[in-house]
Amino acid sequence: MTATSASPGWRRYFTWNTDHKVIGVQYIVTAFVFFMLAGILAMLVRTELRAPGKDIIDGATYNQVMTNHGSLMIFLWILPVLAGFGNYLIPLMIGARDMAFPRLNALSYWLIPPAGLLMLASFFAGGAEAGWTAYVPLSIGGPPGQTLWALSVILLGFSNIMGAINFLTTTITMRAPGLSMWRLPLFVWGMLATAILSLTATPVLTAGLVLVAFDRMIGTQFFAVASGGDPILWQNLFWFYSHPAVYIMILPAMGIVSEVLPVFSRKPIFGYRMIALSSMAIAVLGMTVWAHHMFTSGMDPRLRIPFMVSSMIIAVPTGVKIFSWLATIWDGKLRFTTPMLFALGFISMFLIGGLTGIFLAAIPVDLHVHDTYFVVAHLHFVLFGGSVSAVYAGLYYWFPKITGRMYDERTGRLHFAANFIGSNLTYLPMFAAGLMGMPRRVADYDPEFTVYNELATFGSLLLAVSVLPFLYNVILSWARGPKASANPWSGKTLEWQASSPPPPENFEQIPTVTSDPYAYGEEAPKAAEPAAAPATG
Amino acid sequence: MSHDAMMHAEDFRAGAALGVDHRKVGMWLFIASEVMFFGGLLATYLHYKYILGFPEASGLNIVQVGINTTILLTSSLTVVLALSSIRAGKGGQLSIFLLLTIALGLAFLSGQVLEFSHLYGEGVTLTSSVFGSSFFTLTGFHGLHVVAGVIWAAIVLVRGLRGAFTAERNMGVEVFGLYWHFVDIVWIMLFTLIYLIP
Repeated sequence: MTATSASPGWRRYFTWNTDHKVIGVQYIVTAFVFFMLAGILAMLVRTELRAPGKDIIDGATYNQVMTNHGSLMIFLWILPVLAGFGNYLIPLMIGARDMAFPRLNALSYWLIPPAGLLMLASFFAGGAEAGWTAYVPLSIGGPPGQTLWALSVILLGFSNIMGAINFLTTTITMRAPGLSMWRLPLFVWGMLATAILSLTATPVLTAGLVLVAFDRMIGTQFFAVASGGDPILWQNLFWFYSHPAVYIMILPAMGIVSEVLPVFSRKPIFGYRMIALSSMAIAVLGMTVWAHHMFTSGMDPRLRIPFMVSSMIIAVPTGVKIFSWLATIWDGKLRFTTPMLFALGFISMFLIGGLTGIFLAAIPVDLHVHDTYFVVAHLHFVLFGGSVSAVYAGLYYWFPKITGRMYDERTGRLHFAANFIGSNLTYLPMFAAGLMGMPRRVADYDPEFTVYNELATFGSLLLAVSVLPFLYNVILSWARGPKASANPWSGKTLEWQASSPPPPENFEQIPTVTSDPYAYGEEAPKAAEPAAAPATG
Repeated sequence: MSHDAMMHAEDFRAGAALGVDHRKVGMWLFIASEVMFFGGLLATYLHYKYILGFPEASGLNIVQVGINTTILLTSSLTVVLALSSIRAGKGGQLSIFLLLTIALGLAFLSGQVLEFSHLYGEGVTLTSSVFGSSFFTLTGFHGLHVVAGVIWAAIVLVRGLRGAFTAERNMGVEVFGLYWHFVDIVWIMLFTLIYLIP
């Protein structure tokens, strides 16, 4: 039925395959390759900024490196890696055999490698140097690489929209009997909210990028200032997507954390419905806040207050989640496995990112720190301390399920320690530098900021090195780690009822769901749950 | 008991337990994303109309485009008739109404070509001004959607002729119909906002 049988073993990962698990792994591994490329670019940035003055690269090259670092990290790492989790897990978690549209699913993956190459090719076509925000007229007048950049992001948008249609349709129509919406795992809720945002926000960015690409390729006048083109219009179109994109990148991450915490606390999740509803609330509110990026752009001052208020209201559903997580681990039997450590790291660093987000939503603060390193620090605490920590938590948590092998716990903890210390050392000093007025996106800086930048560069080195134990652990464990049982963590969500790794079509018989997914410590395991016996072989 | 559960599971896989086919859900979601795409382009047009006034828009030929609009709206009727024909098991009528739909779609596109070439003759082009860029991009993308719809209608027609649809199995026609009606509705929006509102 699927193409799996034709190409066994690792080779199937390099083929057009419609099995959602193969596609999930394709997404995750491809995204990780782009993560490392973007990380190398980040190291270039940090090396340049280690000391004031232009040390290793000139300003134009710096702009290219900075642009591609941001674009690769967002469009080719966090978005696709989370889509990879969604692909792998949603059918398993809802007791389905595959996604609703398997071929569309394969197509949405196979758009990613060419789009990634297209973006990287910009380096050889004069470069894309307008930042990931691609503000006009900068992105209109730039070198030809900017066109490749725009086309690449349009392609990735198609992939994203197709994925969202698939996630939503699958969750709406293919849940196993008994799996009502209020029994859905919270990761699935997170993906649902994300898919709604992808579906409604991405097309607007696509429309805006089409205008930019037309201006560049066929000479339309959309952003030609001489003809009356309006740069603010681009900012509206861009942020209408790109602020929700932050929630697109954090909601599935919050979902992962909501899966990991109860399992390793051996307690039911606290406030299940509130967490699920807060995801939806963030998705809806997230559509109403975009112009808080434009307080200094010359927008109508009367519009600032509503956008400030809506941005601050988002802190409420976010706070609901944080407090629910804390209540979940409160008085639990905590097991500090690597995924649990990353989940706790997520909470602490995302909290800093979220709180500084409230600072930034306040108009007077924003006017002061706009386009400074304060914003850079805030963004990295949310997306690196937040999303990437959760991705690591998820990678370790589902590693036994995906590969059928156990990873090495000690190397995992080493990875967590290096990652956690490294990211705080990198991004915390940026808050200080930003408050003192260090502008972002410049290859040089005033000598008074040197100490913060030295700290950040040292921290980033630790971050770069921290990937090594992860790779060592993952590659070695995948090849010859101890075999994993079907349910090594005694989890209650449906994916742990399939074998590790799950067979094609996932379940011999579609399971019938009789209880909620987080009933830890309430009663003896149900008969439906297989004994956690290690698989032979 | 377990047999019932399995049947239930099968129903769920097919989406039948909710009474919605997954292809239909997928199409509705796709349409939602298309709404936002056209929303972005339309917002661009309206924004510029607001700040620049678009004096060129007075040269648009409302009568000709009004006729064209009627043609396109009529094609929505033929799509509905095509679906109700196959639901009544009348495969021959399905083909006739699909042919009519294709003909009306092509007539609309011809009208659009006429309108575009007339505007180009008057010097209003894709690159002449912000109006030209906004107008041709917006209506052009709609035109491309009509082209895609005509091709899809032809595919549905061929499949129908090969007997792919019956009174019970006609989701292929219905999903195409959803798309076609959406393209029509977009045009109603564009016609109102670009042509009718001064």
